[in-house]
Amino acid sequence: MPPLAPEIELRTSPHFHSNRSVEMIMRNVVYALLPLCAFSVWNFGLSALALILVSVLSCLVTEHLFCWLSRRKSSLGDWSVTITGILLALTLPPGFPLWMVAVGGFVSVGLGKMAFGGLGFNVFNPALVGRAFLQACFPTAITAYSPALAKNRFTEFIPTTFTPPFLQPPPLADWIERVRVDAFSGATPLMQQKFDKVTADWQPLFFGTVSGSAGETPALLILLCGAYLAARNFMDWRIAFSMLASAFVSGAAFHFLNPAVYPHPWFVLLSGGLMLGAVFMATDMVASPVTPTGVWIYGALMGLITVVIRNLGGLPEGVMYAILLGNAVSPLIDNLTQPRVYGVHPRRRTA
Amino acid sequence: MTGAHLVQAPSPSENYETFFNGLWKQNPVFVQVLGMCPTLAVTNSVRNALAMGAATLFVLVCSNMLISLVRKRVPKQVRIATYILIIATFVTIVDYLIKALSIAVYKALGPFIALIVVNCMILGRAEAFASRNPPGKAILDGLGMGLGFSFALLCLGAVREVLGAGTFLGVPLFGPRFQPWVLFLLPPGGFLTLALWLLVFRAWQSRKERKQEQWRAAA
Repeated sequence: MPPLAPEIELRTSPHFHSNRSVEMIMRNVVYALLPLCAFSVWNFGLSALALILVSVLSCLVTEHLFCWLSRRKSSLGDWSVTITGILLALTLPPGFPLWMVAVGGFVSVGLGKMAFGGLGFNVFNPALVGRAFLQACFPTAITAYSPALAKNRFTEFIPTTFTPPFLQPPPLADWIERVRVDAFSGATPLMQQKFDKVTADWQPLFFGTVSGSAGETPALLILLCGAYLAARNFMDWRIAFSMLASAFVSGAAFHFLNPAVYPHPWFVLLSGGLMLGAVFMATDMVASPVTPTGVWIYGALMGLITVVIRNLGGLPEGVMYAILLGNAVSPLIDNLTQPRVYGVHPRRRTA
Repeated sequence: MTGAHLVQAPSPSENYETFFNGLWKQNPVFVQVLGMCPTLAVTNSVRNALAMGAATLFVLVCSNMLISLVRKRVPKQVRIATYILIIATFVTIVDYLIKALSIAVYKALGPFIALIVVNCMILGRAEAFASRNPPGKAILDGLGMGLGFSFALLCLGAVREVLGAGTFLGVPLFGPRFQPWVLFLLPPGGFLTLALWLLVFRAWQSRKERKQEQWRAAA
């Protein structure tokens, strides 16, 4: 008698399966980041390419090392560490010394991710942990920006790129004098606005042909890449939207209180790392809240903090700290905004 | 504690254990995580770390000895006050000593010399060890704990000075164009370095335990 084949398969929930895996989502985020990398290389030249490659490589090596040390299967295959590497590179100045980039990659993955137990356990966005570490360690190097669309950018590197390990990067002023195509003084649009009260036009900001961190300049391209992710539902568009909207509204409030000092809300939206941060970093799936009301509060909080730091703080840019603060309070937001469980008495919280 | 303990001289292996307990197995910083205030505050250079380690070592050995000597005469109800008084006396001596020896070190350590009084490691040793053991063992314990503490401060100070200033004991290691890692001279750098060393020690410890277990299982 042949063995009876089970006609009904008995299983516990979930019964509904989709073909989505961590690996597939992360790979798509990498695809969405590639156009930004390409633009960055076109805008800033060979140095940006070296920056991105070294950053990704150091993140991959660190992840592999930590997996080996803790005797786990290597988690390079889930692509999340590649995203961390690319994002870290995109938030650094294009001529950032490569040895510092490698340090940043190590700190991002080692301290920001693996020390907490790997993907899914990190409290903060790993790339921003690395960048915050670099900002605290090397405050001068991380504010040494180079001009966009410099002459010879495809034939020579920015002189600071190949600084020997542990040594200071050389001053950039002479090199900038030689390669610049316009009246670039070594300041990004944000710095010019804050310190010289010169507000840039919207077109270069929108299309990205300005100085700044390697991948933060092209607002239009970032929005398009984000739209791809949002359309395929790989990214929570509500977080990005509420962060940008909140920055716009609070920027407008500041502007109409004192137009001479505070920039126009469109400038707030298009300048600096706000777009990149809102679309690719605030939406980090691990470090952001999950409740329907929570994501709106989370985004709005980060947008507000960004504008407050930019307008009232000593730094020209506040997106990084805003997102890190948002990450820090996201478990709290989750706790406070638990939706009512269906069928449970409305007054009684189940948490 | 048995009566025989107080009459008999302790065996050499017991002395050895008392001494190395503080140095390694019960290291005040890396294992007991005590005395965090000076550990984080004054380890931004090797010189400060060594000075603080030496000052604490002196206070710990002297106070352990004296407390052990008077342990049978002090009523139980006022023992903590007595310990603090004894510790404070030696801290005052150390305070004047450092001021006399090097005014630069005195200024660098600032209020943290006086704060040795409230280093919970010292009071902890007084209560947990010196008040229950004869003076010889108490001195050995003080030496072990003090050296263990100094060793831990040195570990932190070395990392922070080499990365934060590019020097070791004031000697430049990387030449004049060194890029300082500013963070390591600031308080967050202290926390990060401490976490790093704790990680190293815990990893080492768990590895050793795993090996011992394997060995036991094989035997």
